[in-house]
This record gives sequence, structure tokens and C-alpha cells, in this order.
Amino acid sequence: MMKQTKVLSVFFSIFKYVMLIAAALIALIPVCVCVLTAFKTTEEYNNTSVLDLPESFMNFDNFKEAFQVANMLRGFVNTGVVLVVVLTASVFIGAMLAYVLNRFKFKGNGLIQNLFMFAALIPGIATQVTVYQIMYSLGLINHLYGYMIVLMGTDIISIYIFLQFFENLPVSLDESAIVDGCTYFGVFFKILFPLLKPAIVTSLVLKGVGVYNEYYMANLYLQKEELKTISTALYKFTGPYGNQYNYICAGVLITIIPIFILFLIFQKQVYGGMAAGAVKG
Amino acid sequence: MERQISTPKPKKSFMDRLKGREGQKWLVIITFMFAPLLLLFVFTYLPFAKMVQFSFYNMKYIGPMKFVGLKNYIDVFQRDDCFKSLIVSVYYMGGAVVQLALALFFASLMVFKVKGSSFFKGAMFFPYLICGIAVGFIFKFFYARGFVLDSILQIFGMNQENIPMWLQDKSINNISLAATSVWRYTGQNMILFLGAMMSVDADLYEAASLDGANKWHQFRYIILPSIKSIVVLNLILSISGSLSAFEPPYVITNGTMGTGTYFVIMNRIAHENQKVGLACAMAIVLLAIIVVCTVAQKLFFKYVFDDGTSDESKAAVRKRKKAEKAAKKVGQI
Repeated sequence: MMKQTKVLSVFFSIFKYVMLIAAALIALIPVCVCVLTAFKTTEEYNNTSVLDLPESFMNFDNFKEAFQVANMLRGFVNTGVVLVVVLTASVFIGAMLAYVLNRFKFKGNGLIQNLFMFAALIPGIATQVTVYQIMYSLGLINHLYGYMIVLMGTDIISIYIFLQFFENLPVSLDESAIVDGCTYFGVFFKILFPLLKPAIVTSLVLKGVGVYNEYYMANLYLQKEELKTISTALYKFTGPYGNQYNYICAGVLITIIPIFILFLIFQKQVYGGMAAGAVKG
Repeated sequence: MERQISTPKPKKSFMDRLKGREGQKWLVIITFMFAPLLLLFVFTYLPFAKMVQFSFYNMKYIGPMKFVGLKNYIDVFQRDDCFKSLIVSVYYMGGAVVQLALALFFASLMVFKVKGSSFFKGAMFFPYLICGIAVGFIFKFFYARGFVLDSILQIFGMNQENIPMWLQDKSINNISLAATSVWRYTGQNMILFLGAMMSVDADLYEAASLDGANKWHQFRYIILPSIKSIVVLNLILSISGSLSAFEPPYVITNGTMGTGTYFVIMNRIAHENQKVGLACAMAIVLLAIIVVCTVAQKLFFKYVFDDGTSDESKAAVRKRKKAEKAAKKVGQI
């Protein structure tokens, strides 16, 4: 009996690792082939199989070319500015709104919560037909700040995360601070805000990934060359480079590298953020 | 709204401050809510109202509007491109089911001790962080004739002639495209499920295995109950996700060869053909489908966890109780 279970568990182990290795390979191969291709010269690319190793991993010409052609530097600067502003704003907007909705009873509170809940159901791309018109009449098209505002306006995830988090912060904290003569503003900024750290991390992770990868709105509202973000800059490769995948792969890798490094550093926070954000979808 | 916590009511000794408190309360409410409500109104409800209005008109972005009644809605179901795109979504829904099953499978493998688990987790999760456009290019390259996938299959001894055209063959190109979504999201789903599984008290596993429960018992009586609600939630979310698939077909095939998903077609109708009215009607139809799915989800939760609310924490309590009961049951075996 004992022996049988042991044999079974060895089988289970082998099965487990075979499956996991297969999955990791499937996840990594498409990206790895991209890495190989990005280091090949055009001649090499035309004459070798895509699975062959490049002659040298020190050939950065494609990266240089891709970086310049798509004006990636501009893209990184624009995306960076958008990230900093939008993330900061959504943390404050989300936290402040959640504080008011969670801590104060007033007429319309439930209605407002429901309005946000319903808004979360509307998929982003669907409303852009008419948002475009509104952006146009407000003169927000082709301005970086216009794009930032529209990204903040569709920010419902962070509000949810904060609302959920406030439910677990005891009201006695507020009460004792108020007894000590703290104002409501003081309660929020001095007492509660510092305690929101885990929720802030979650919302930064989820929102950050979303903003860095956002394409549709950036394409609609930032059409000028100097306003391209990383994803719209990358899209440029559909045109002139058609089938020159050695350049395209270099471009793709340039956009992946920063997020890859950040992921390696903040792995724990990323997983934690994902799991925490999932509880209510 | 029982979860609402009332304003800390000033006690009698603070009566003199009541007026000030009340005034301050409203000041906080108004300053803190002004920006989010304004944004919500301008970028969600105003566009939504306009969308409903426009859906009854034949119009472009600029120029005259002509009232056409329900014609746009009829067109959504009668025009070949619109209706077909709804059918294309079915492929993505199928993909979503495969993706959830794979995520569940790998999460349950990972919940047991695995050497190098952080590598496997990272490798599977990373595709989620790559932007949709980059994913598009990676797979355009991957599926191209004679390139990555074909070369790999040839290594395994397949003949070039027997390998289908992944993106041109109409019988499989939607499957190829839906597979990119599976590639991108399986790891993320796995992390979600793993998070839920890990939230089960580790003692339960230990107690169960001491009582002689094998891996299957542990899965069936401890893991599965703990993640039921998150699996169902993701299944329903994936329906709206499938209907809103956009980037892979947009980059890889640009919706040609019958691969146009709902949003690819809608994008074309709205911004290239400038049929604003029709695009609005499409958006409303999509929203209606999503609302129906969400209501179904709410009802489902109500019946499955028949506690009368969709309160997650109550469901969690029930789950834990069930898991504990299950552990006892396992113990008795």
C-alpha cells in the first residue's frame, strides 16, 4: 500500500514538471524567437531559418534603427509623463472618492456608487465613438493633457480597490482622531491615506499596466507625430517595414524591456496586486 | 447599504461643534467628489446618452443628421460584417474557456510544492504584461508562412505542404488568433486562481494529508470549493472580454479573411466609414449583451451562495465553512 502511493507520487511529480516545462516553453518561445531575430542583420535574416542563432548577440543595429525610425525616445518620454500624472491623479481621485462614499451617509450615496458600478460595465472602446466628439468640442484632441484627462475619466478600477479597502479600515480610527480635534481633511490625509499603502500598490500595478499598454485612445486622441506613446509608436512598424521582422522584433523588444525589468524587481507586488484586484473583478 | 458606516456622530458634549462638523462634512464631500463625478459625467454618461441618441440617426461626425428609427439596430443583425463579427466572438469565447481550464490546471499544480515555481509563474504570467500591439507583431511573425511555428513543426517532422496557412485559411485563422489571447491571459488567470487557493489555510492541507487524503481529494474537497466563485466570475467576465477582443486581429490580419471581431468592425465603421449612427447602435447592442451577462452572474451568485446578497465576504465565509467541512469529510475517509 505504502509503496503504491510512493510510485503514484513520483509519477505525479514527473507529470507535473513535464507540464510546467511545456507551458513555460510555449509562453517563452514566441518572445525568444523575437530576441534571436532582433540580433540578425538583414542578410542573415533573409538567409537563415528563424530558429537559427544570430551570428552575434552584440549586433545592436536593428535596435538603433527601430529606436530612431519609430521615434521611441519620444514615445518613452510621452508614456512616462502620462504614467506619472495619471497614476498620481488616479490614486488621489480613487482614494478621496472612496473615503467619502464609504465614511459618510448622505442622500445620493448609493446612487453614485451604482453609477460607478454601471460605468464599469461599459467596455472602453465602445463609447469612444461619442467620446471623440466630446473631446473634439472641448479642444482636447492632440494634447497630451487631453489624453491624460480621458484616461483618468475612465478610471473605475482604482475606485473599486479603494472602496473595498476602506471597508476593512475600522471607523474607530476616524472617530478617535476627530475626538482629538482633527478635521475630516486631516483624518483623510494624516490618518487614513498612509494606511492605504497596499491598496495604492494594487491600483498602481493594475492601472500602470493598463496605461503603459493602452493603444486605442492614444491612437485616436494623439495623432501628431511628436505626441506618440510607446504603443502607437510601435504600431508604425505595420507600414514601411512590412516583412522586415528583424527590425520589428527589435522594436517589440524595446517596448518589452522596461516592463520586463520592472516586473523582475516588483514581482511580489505585481502578483499581490493582481490577486487583490481580482476579488471583485 | 448595510455596509455603510454612518458619520461619526458628535456626542452631546460636542453639540456646540455640530454645526461646524456638518458644514465641514459637506465641504469634504463636495471637494472630494467634484473631480471624479465631473469626469464620470463627461466621459461616461454624456457619451452614453449621445450614443443612445445617435443610434437612431444616419449621420457622420460632421454634417446633417437624419432620423432613421430602428434601422441601425436592424442593420447590426442583418449586415454581413456586423453579424459575422458576433460569430467570430464565439471563437474567442471558446478560447476563454480553454484559457480558464488551463489556468485552473496549472494553478492546481502550482499549489503543491514546486521547485523553481517562481520561474514557472513568471514565465507564464509575463505575456500579460506585453502590450497588445507587441503581442500582435510577435504572433504575426510567429504564424507567418515558413516562419516560427512552421519551422518548429518541421523540426517535429511535419511537411511544409501539410501545414495549414495559419492566418489565411478561413477554417482555422480565427482559432490561431484566439490562441494569442489564450497565450496572453492564461498566466494572469493562473495567478488569480493561485491567489485564491493560497488563501486557504495551509493547516487544512496538512491536516488533510495527515488524515491520508491524496492529491485528488485535496483538490476536490479543499481547492475547488475555495475558488469556485472566482472561476465563475472570470468565466462571465471572459464573455465581455471575448466580445471586446481587438488588438490581435487589428494588428495581425486587420480583420481581413473573416477575422474581424466586433470591435475591429466597429472601429472601421466608426472611423473609416464614418457611419456614426450604425457604430453607436453596435455599441448599444454590445452593452445590452454585457448587461444581460452581468445580471445572469448576479443571479447565479444569489442561487449558488443563496445568502441573499452578492457580498463577497459572506460568500468567503461560506466557502471556508464548506472547506472545513470538506476537510472533516476527507478525514473520515
